[in-house]
Amino acid sequence: MRARNRELFLLIPASLLVTAGFAGVFIQRSNVISNVSLTYGAIFLGLCLAGHIFLRITMPNADPFLFPLLAVLACFGVVMIYRIDPTLARQQAQWFVLGLVLMALTIIFFRDYRKLERYRYTIVAVSLGLLVLPRLPGIGYAANGAYLGVRIPGLFVFQPPEFAKIGLVIFLASYLRDTRQVLVMGGRRILGVTLPPIKHLGPIVVIWGLAMGILVLLSDIGTSMMFYGGLLAILYVATGRLSFVVIGALAFALGAWYLGTHIPHVHARFDDWLHTFDPSVYNGNKHNPVGSYQVANGVFAQAAGGLFGQGFGQSILTLPGGGPLIPFPQTDMIYAVITDELGLFGAVAVLVVYLLFIARGFKIATIARDSFSTLLATGLAAMFAIQVFVIVGGVTRVIPLTGVTLPFISYGGSSIVANCVLLALLLLISDRARRPTGP
Amino acid sequence: MNAQIIRVFGVIVVLFTLLIVWTTRWTVLEASSLNSNSLNRLTLIADLRIKRGRILAADGTTVLAQSVPAAGGTWSRYYPTKQLFAQPVGYLRASQGQAAGLERSDGADLRGLQTGLSSVFGQLSSNPVGDDVYTTLDPKAQQVAAQQLNGQAGSIVALDPRTGAIKAMYSNPTYDDNNPPFGSKDPNLTTFNRATQAGYPPGSTFKVVTAAAALDSGQFSPNSTVNGNSPVTISGVPLSNDNNQSFGPVDLTTALTYSVNTVWAQVGVQLGIPTMTNYMQRFGFYAKPPVDLPPVELSASAPFAPGSIKPYPPGSGREDIGRIGIGQGGLRVTPLQMAMVVAAVANGGKLMVPHLTARVVNPDGVTVKTINPNVYNQVMKPSTAQALTQMMTKVVEEGTGTAAQIGGVSVAGKTGTAEIGTQGSGLTEPWFIGFAPVDHPTVAVAVTVDKTQGGFGGTVAAPMASQVIQTLLSEGH
Repeated sequence: MRARNRELFLLIPASLLVTAGFAGVFIQRSNVISNVSLTYGAIFLGLCLAGHIFLRITMPNADPFLFPLLAVLACFGVVMIYRIDPTLARQQAQWFVLGLVLMALTIIFFRDYRKLERYRYTIVAVSLGLLVLPRLPGIGYAANGAYLGVRIPGLFVFQPPEFAKIGLVIFLASYLRDTRQVLVMGGRRILGVTLPPIKHLGPIVVIWGLAMGILVLLSDIGTSMMFYGGLLAILYVATGRLSFVVIGALAFALGAWYLGTHIPHVHARFDDWLHTFDPSVYNGNKHNPVGSYQVANGVFAQAAGGLFGQGFGQSILTLPGGGPLIPFPQTDMIYAVITDELGLFGAVAVLVVYLLFIARGFKIATIARDSFSTLLATGLAAMFAIQVFVIVGGVTRVIPLTGVTLPFISYGGSSIVANCVLLALLLLISDRARRPTGP
Repeated sequence: MNAQIIRVFGVIVVLFTLLIVWTTRWTVLEASSLNSNSLNRLTLIADLRIKRGRILAADGTTVLAQSVPAAGGTWSRYYPTKQLFAQPVGYLRASQGQAAGLERSDGADLRGLQTGLSSVFGQLSSNPVGDDVYTTLDPKAQQVAAQQLNGQAGSIVALDPRTGAIKAMYSNPTYDDNNPPFGSKDPNLTTFNRATQAGYPPGSTFKVVTAAAALDSGQFSPNSTVNGNSPVTISGVPLSNDNNQSFGPVDLTTALTYSVNTVWAQVGVQLGIPTMTNYMQRFGFYAKPPVDLPPVELSASAPFAPGSIKPYPPGSGREDIGRIGIGQGGLRVTPLQMAMVVAAVANGGKLMVPHLTARVVNPDGVTVKTINPNVYNQVMKPSTAQALTQMMTKVVEEGTGTAAQIGGVSVAGKTGTAEIGTQGSGLTEPWFIGFAPVDHPTVAVAVTVDKTQGGFGGTVAAPMASQVIQTLLSEGH
């Protein structure tokens, strides 16, 4: 089967899922299947079909699995958001359209994505600038104590780290393509581990500094971890030096521990994580005004889900007197809502879809023909994977909860659009790698 | 570089495995402990979506509690009878996790068969409805009880001695169960149910217990004579009759009719602590009443050491058994317990388990549960009960309880007037316990009024009991 036909075929489950999901929510709401549900399904199917036709024309050789996986995740996300708040779902659908447009534009303008390398210093400067934006007075704002957003009143709100992550991956992939040979030369073996010369530790020190900078600047350990993990993955793949990873992980743990105990907001998140069900932490206290209310109720929601979940639209999200029972169900806590309604099986299914998407990303990295492409695909896939780990891990209390989005599922324009661009880059790399050579 | 990429992917797979393990931990392994975590309000909120069944009076038409639609697809409770039935019916404030009375003790029935079954298709029913609870409470009798107390602090409990069905349970101060007075500093605004929670000195009504022990143990008969002179020394301290009146040698029937303290104190001493304790326990003392209300709303009736909040352990040698025999000696009893005492005598010595719930009816009108009469204890021999009934009939015919008489129906009973407050304050706790008709009793009642200024059981409480008994008899009970 040719790649694009396979893609078209794989879009069928996505469209069935969205239609069934909407129908489920409608049945729960009013005991009728309104034709609105079918309209929603049809619109989404139409969008996916349009995306597919565009890819069929522009990139016949691109990976056939990525786009259907995006469709499944995005469709599922819209159903979940619709179930939480129909207005948000309409907005999310618009963001999805914009995401597809940006994906198309990326593909058109960066058909030869290797020309990105030419702008690598511009890209890194812009990315670092984006990371600083949320701390600028007037436009930056904090949610739950973390500085992750920018608000231009009356115009828009967006999350710069979502875009910065792509820019930094591009830069590091390009930079290491040039220098990776140098970085693996020399070094002494101590206790069976090859230690690189001190001067070659430059990149890791820079990445570490960046992660710590993010932690200090944005007060968000999740975002910091996502950047560090993604960039460390590129460094490891580029150099093959396990010692970089070991040193890097230790350095990060040390830095995170030190800053975690000294930045009040980050410390409070650790407190919420470790003492979630302590009533004094739950309701917040002097040192931790927000409290573990959100994490605790997320875990309660998961417990209510059990193996099979309560069914679409059945979980309790609002207090009887109005107001949310779980704060931010459509963004931070959407995994808890999924688990509540679809149970362990539904949640694992979602994680498996993500893992398939990530696996395709790494697969593309292995078949890419030049090292820039390989490193770029590795970085994008790793960054995406760690983003999923950070938010799901936060909701399930594997790590402290921080405010990153669940890609393609969580409500949020920046997340959808940025991850569509990420997808476009992966598709571009795969199209190039899978293109038949020679006449 | 491919080997490294595969390793990186391996790490990612490990991380995702952690996510799955942790999700499993919350959804399966630790789910039940999380569901019962006190911080978890999901079950409570889910309860708000259930249309709980009604609570109805014995007539089947008077609604005591019902669900009314509230915001966001939830239900709230409305109590049409407000203050009148507040104590037995209780209240439910699901959003605050607070409930009392039958609303709490019959909560499982009122919620109905909501087993929390869920599946991939969602809950079996999205509009869950609970079962109706029919009580034994008689609206007319309850009304009369409230009228008789007329705002005075106190309590009236009436029940059917043959079955233990509670016909009336009213106490002052009461409250509007639509708006429970949580945290109110006003002592007259309280959810405290005096009928089952208050500890009052029973005064001479307790002589019925002493008399039952005396006759049933075989140590005394109604004709046994005891010296009724005043004072006598009990536990080393002189004890006198009212006005220090000396009766000379009197039989027990006369001693009960005129409530002679010195006689019954001597009887208590002669029976001794083990026998007295044995009979008290048979009547239900030293234990929470076996009624279908939440245990936190029930108090055990027993003698207490002065100033202590804990009763003596049963059979304690420190009890002043002589004074206990006349309802003093630190005795603190609930009105319900005294109703049980008199009901046991009325029912031939057989004490039935008191209950408020009669039956449970599901939304389709099918009775799913019926509360059958249950024997709590055979307290005394039927012959003892018969002899005691004759003695108590005399009390109403010619003794201290004449105010309880009803034209055309013979009533048996016992008065009590406990002195409370500081010596010489003149504060009393009037009591009357009684039943009717004497030959085939169908109504047993206990009445007490709190802190009257010199009121007597025979003048304050007996007329109230008479009215409640008349009401229930006229309704055909």
